[in-house]
Amino acid sequence: MEHLLEQTLNGLQLGFVYALIAVGYTMVYGIIKLINFAHGDVFMVGAFLAYFGFTSWGLPWPVAVLVSMAGCAVLGVGIERLAYRPLRARGAPRIAALITAIGVSLFIEYFTSLNFVFGSDYRNVPRVLPDRRWELGGITVTNVQLLVLVTVLVLVASLQFVVYRTRVGKAMRAVAQDTDAARLMGIDVDRIIACTFALGSALAAAAGALFAVAYPQIHPFMGIMPGLKAFTAAVLGGIGSIPGALLGALVMGQVEVLTAAYVTTDFRDAIAFALLILVLLLRPTGLLGKTAPEKV
Amino acid sequence: MKRILAGFLVASLFALAACGGRSPAGRSGAGAETVKIGWIGPLSGANKTYGESAKRGVELALEEAGYKVGDLTVELIAGDDRSDSTEAVNLATKMMTQDRVAAIIGPVTSGSAIAVSAIAETYKVPMITATATAPKVTVNDDGKRKPFVFRACFIDPFQGQAAANFASRELGLKRAAVFYDKGNDYTIGLAEAFRETFEANGGEVVAWQSYSSEDTDFSAIMTNVAALKPDVLYLPDYYGRVSLIAKAAKDKGINVPMLGGDGWDSPDLDSATLAGGYVTAHYSEQDQREAVQQFATRFQERYGERPDSFAALGYDAAKLLLGAIERAGSTDGEALRAALQSTQDFPAVGGQLSFDEWGNPIKSAALLQVQADGSYKYITNVD
Repeated sequence: MEHLLEQTLNGLQLGFVYALIAVGYTMVYGIIKLINFAHGDVFMVGAFLAYFGFTSWGLPWPVAVLVSMAGCAVLGVGIERLAYRPLRARGAPRIAALITAIGVSLFIEYFTSLNFVFGSDYRNVPRVLPDRRWELGGITVTNVQLLVLVTVLVLVASLQFVVYRTRVGKAMRAVAQDTDAARLMGIDVDRIIACTFALGSALAAAAGALFAVAYPQIHPFMGIMPGLKAFTAAVLGGIGSIPGALLGALVMGQVEVLTAAYVTTDFRDAIAFALLILVLLLRPTGLLGKTAPEKV
Repeated sequence: MKRILAGFLVASLFALAACGGRSPAGRSGAGAETVKIGWIGPLSGANKTYGESAKRGVELALEEAGYKVGDLTVELIAGDDRSDSTEAVNLATKMMTQDRVAAIIGPVTSGSAIAVSAIAETYKVPMITATATAPKVTVNDDGKRKPFVFRACFIDPFQGQAAANFASRELGLKRAAVFYDKGNDYTIGLAEAFRETFEANGGEVVAWQSYSSEDTDFSAIMTNVAALKPDVLYLPDYYGRVSLIAKAAKDKGINVPMLGGDGWDSPDLDSATLAGGYVTAHYSEQDQREAVQQFATRFQERYGERPDSFAALGYDAAKLLLGAIERAGSTDGEALRAALQSTQDFPAVGGQLSFDEWGNPIKSAALLQVQADGSYKYITNVD
């Protein structure tokens, strides 16, 4: 029983990290119906910026994470500005934007693996916290796990606040509901889209920084798998829905860890993605997705 | 256009065949006063430090011999293969057919060494690689020995065996958890050899755990393994992955000795977590045997640097070859091969050395302990 609880905690840690990435996917999709495949790479850049902030620039860890979040917010807005907005302005078909997203993703991966950028080496992330463990009723809990859980909860709560309690959040929801109507109401749609990218990218950066603490090794291609998993989580939960992304991420984390623990690690990805297929067959809009009629 | 191209291809094939057909029999040339020895390894590219070290070792051995063996003057012909097996094959072919070398030392990396071994067999020119550890270097796919191919280093599975013997005999450990990357021959080879030997020694492998090179989250595995209460972890992977796995193990409260192979050898190893762990290595400069101390001092004097294991093995390979030329009293390929094969208890830096029937050295591995500051402490030699 303790064993199961401890594995659940392992799964929670992984799922929480996925959740931070997944909300970025889901927000961007919700607002411009684009799957931003470069999001996983923003996550990677976030991990590297926090790493450099901590090791090379000598910043305290929390400051390094904030710098990384700010840097990635700028990166996210830059990607939107350079790669997606021009396409949107010219009314390119949605598939073009999707392919551009894949191109941007590959570009970031290969550009950052150049030696004068990050380099293609695997880097070990030094300890951010002293090694601490507690035995609680037979369960091993580490300070890193607590750090991940608390940070993610705080960030998600802040996101909730921004989306539901601020003017920008209100505008975001309006643009998501109907872009043209929002524009008619005097909302600067491009600015709101940029805000969405900034917000999502900052969260991805925080996820990268946490990932680097929990699984202390980083490299330029580290964003691919977590990015894919988080995207899957977003689809699983119902893409476009923030609570859906959170739920999907938690499910993904649990499925992965429990498969590794009770079946075999060889199946962890296979079963995680099989679950996605199964859910989509039964509920094509995802767990919390709305079956809204197509807008005409 | 196509026809011209085809004609050109056919012509060049003939030219190649003509080259290959020319028998290199006259190479040993009675009364020749020079013996040429080829060297192949990476002097540029991703693995260039391996090649540079190995070449320095070879040159040191030749300098000590005064570039002489018996009455013959030794000439070294070095080629840079950039760890590229095609380039290595080109270099070997040129050395054997045009320069008429008596033997080749190298290549340094396993991929190149496997490719060149076929050329050595074709032209019946012995080759001795200092550092290529893949079993396939000296053995064909069908399990037959390549008679002209030798090496100065142990092969991958030997490390697993040596680690298992150390764990059961020296540390007296009984319950092992073994982790390996299911997509990497190096770690599979070490893990399987470890399991076999550890079980033969009366130990029990309580966890036999694979992972893929994409995995970063080992928490689930380690929660399981912690419940099995192993008393040793065997982690035969490269330094990056080992650091991650070891960290995950410590996080779950597994505080038992960890063992690994030469893949741990990197300044980037997480030595804080792995301090107290043991690795099997080719040699240690802290080994007090005379052969090692003499070599380390001379290398330090000559190059102003401490020799790594590539340098030590390059040095050994060159000395093995010179010894064989001397005993054979000839530079004929077949005589050299026989002399190399009959090497007995050669006092090499890497240990007393003889060759087994597969052209692999029978010698011991150095066992080192990881220190928290990232250095390695020599513990003992194990078989």
